[in-house]
Amino acid sequence: MRFSIYRYDPDTDSSPYMKDYDLDIGSKDMMLLDALIMIKARDDTLSLRRSCREGVCGSDAMNINGKNGLACITPLSSLKEPVELRPLPGLPVIRDLIVDMEPFFRQYHSIRPYLVNNDPPPETERLQSPEERAVLDGLYECILCACCTTACPSFWWNPEKFVGPAGLLQAWRFIADSRDQATSQRLDDLEDPYRLFRCHSIMNCVDACPKGLNPTAAIGEIKRMMVRRTV
Amino acid sequence: MERRKFDVAIIGAGGAGMRAALQLSSGGYNVAVLSKVFPTRSHTVAAQGGITAALGNVTEDNWLWHMYDTVKGSDYLGDQDAIEYLCRMGPQAVYEMEHFGLPFSRLENGKIYQRPFGGQSRNFGGEQATRTCAAADRTGHAMLHTLYQRNIQAKTHFFVEYMAIDLVRDGEGRVLGVVAFDMEKGEPLLIEARATLLATGGAGRIFQASTNAFINTGDGLGMASRSGIPLEDMEFWQFHPTGVQGAGVLISEGVRGEGGYLVNGNGERFMERYAPHAKDLAGRDVVARAIALEIHEGRGCGEARDHVLLKLDHIGREKIMARLPGIREISINFAHVDPLEAPIPVVPTVHYMMGGIPAHYRGQVVVPARTGPEEAVQGLYAIGECACVSVHGANRLGGNSLLDLLVFGRAAADHIVEFLKENPASPPIPADGTDLARSRLARWERRQGSERVADIYRDMQRIMQAHCGVFRKAEVLEQGLVKLEEVRRRLDDAAISDHSKVYNTARIEALELENLMEVAFATIRSALARRESRGAHARDDYPERNDKSWLKHTLVHRDGTIDYKPVRLKPLTVPSFPPKTRSY
Repeated sequence: MRFSIYRYDPDTDSSPYMKDYDLDIGSKDMMLLDALIMIKARDDTLSLRRSCREGVCGSDAMNINGKNGLACITPLSSLKEPVELRPLPGLPVIRDLIVDMEPFFRQYHSIRPYLVNNDPPPETERLQSPEERAVLDGLYECILCACCTTACPSFWWNPEKFVGPAGLLQAWRFIADSRDQATSQRLDDLEDPYRLFRCHSIMNCVDACPKGLNPTAAIGEIKRMMVRRTV
Repeated sequence: MERRKFDVAIIGAGGAGMRAALQLSSGGYNVAVLSKVFPTRSHTVAAQGGITAALGNVTEDNWLWHMYDTVKGSDYLGDQDAIEYLCRMGPQAVYEMEHFGLPFSRLENGKIYQRPFGGQSRNFGGEQATRTCAAADRTGHAMLHTLYQRNIQAKTHFFVEYMAIDLVRDGEGRVLGVVAFDMEKGEPLLIEARATLLATGGAGRIFQASTNAFINTGDGLGMASRSGIPLEDMEFWQFHPTGVQGAGVLISEGVRGEGGYLVNGNGERFMERYAPHAKDLAGRDVVARAIALEIHEGRGCGEARDHVLLKLDHIGREKIMARLPGIREISINFAHVDPLEAPIPVVPTVHYMMGGIPAHYRGQVVVPARTGPEEAVQGLYAIGECACVSVHGANRLGGNSLLDLLVFGRAAADHIVEFLKENPASPPIPADGTDLARSRLARWERRQGSERVADIYRDMQRIMQAHCGVFRKAEVLEQGLVKLEEVRRRLDDAAISDHSKVYNTARIEALELENLMEVAFATIRSALARRESRGAHARDDYPERNDKSWLKHTLVHRDGTIDYKPVRLKPLTVPSFPPKTRSY
């Protein structure tokens, strides 16, 4: 199987280039990450991030045949040859498939991603009904891989100002939590021509999310809540 | 070398490191947390089934019952002072996480959802307890993200993608900080700290088949070992009964907690034979051995009869979708089976290291010295999977690992606060304090070498898998040790071809392999020395537990010499649970 991989080492390369690797994978069904590990065993200069290899840590997000995804849960059998691998778009490349995630995490941090509840904590747990908790399903599972945000044209144009789908999904995760008391501050913080409203429902994020989450829907909920509080 | 100064350096940003960091940052201390990966990538994220604490939300419960189960689960090798502390503090640790925002699943009355897990009983060995608190089957993910979120709020200083290389000690043995390596820029950094906390997690990558992440390379153990600290109880490795066959990915014990069970090639629910009372919810060591025996005796499933099946379709779509959605996802991705319709092929797979850096229940690292077997190393702490406290003894119970991270993360932080008050000044770094780290980094600059890191890595894993598996015996372990020595000699002659300064992952993997090698040697030597069967350490040639000779902890030194120290059978405030026959 042929892989065409984006290579760039600022220490030695004047510009990026694509390098081809041929791998005999036999008939065994493998994930893309398995193939990359085999390639790296042959050429140790290939750089990529990886950790859990089961789709929960979010390390090995990359652009696979033009679509963002996690290498560890992408079966080779689902890919057309040559498999073209590039770093996530819209973020500065550090080396090969490794991008600088800082702009992504800065936006995540900007939404104050932590529960705010100023009541003195009870001696045991705060109560939450199963129905209230069910609202968080599809929100809390985000693994911060950045597949969605780096697939979003609005983020490409305004990475400094637009929170992006991953950050907004988490903003809604806290607004929607029955235990959180900071809804109005959270909405105030997003009421801005860029932070929230640069989302034009292109829905690339939904298509890109390897966990099947729906940031566009969450953004819609935030927008609806903003409208409701102004009327 | 660039220098930075902090009150505390924490190495590792998993559950333990971040719980400790939160406590210290919230207390106004200046904390540096170093991590090889962005904090939410740490392997705590992969914990599934839950965190065990005697909340009693579903069935009546008592932390003493939890303590009894943990002592019994440890096959009486666990230290009962530490186990008492773990179980007594359990409910508070869980409530704190709930207050921090962890999205636990809920019961109808709004309380935290709990499920039955293996080795849990009511009333000291009675009926099955329901003690493991869960956020569906993504409890570790929910915990790790919540801890990271609170640390953002507390303004903890993270050094993201920095690999710790070696500890800095002075002539008196005090630990004064750590030399780390900026992975992106390729530059070393000296972090001076009055207290250094190791929270580097496990080392399951010494084995070929493991549920562990690529990053679980025993870096803290390597650092401790190179700085002269022995490693405790390294013969005890947990084989999780249910790793996906072939892929090694974990399938939570929560599946059996929710009513799933194992069947062999004859369609028999074989755990009824091995553990008539607890069946599929016996201790993990018991279940893993049962599966290995079924396969060994020809009763495995599939054409090669090389696995068993985990059946859960009978528990129903609604329950699977609500309580085990992540398991379904993993099963579809890695076993090509939808558990709503068909059982999952599983095999016992290396999962957890019960041994580690010797520490007491407030986190201080303790080593044999003139004053006795447990003298504190000034300025050094260890918590979480890299530490051996020892609460898990010879076999850890499911759900006790996440609890361990929280309870000892906080306890170590509290002890560090006392230590910092008593030690306001930082001793000077000796001139040769960073030599060890410098020479490790310089070694991989070498361009000549006939061996490749990836080959040595693979061969080490194969040796450990073949010679130090579920069942062990002297002859096989001895051969393994000889082979491992050959492989280590090859490591001396290895070179990498990547010499870039920028994000050089070849160099990182070489440094990780050196740490794994320390762990592999400690494991096989300890396993060879312990001539009995206890918990996860099963010797074909010594099939019985032998309390007369072996109710003691192993301490293996880097040069291969082995010491032992007694098990702490006396709890802090309650009567002891004396060793007795362990059956489920």
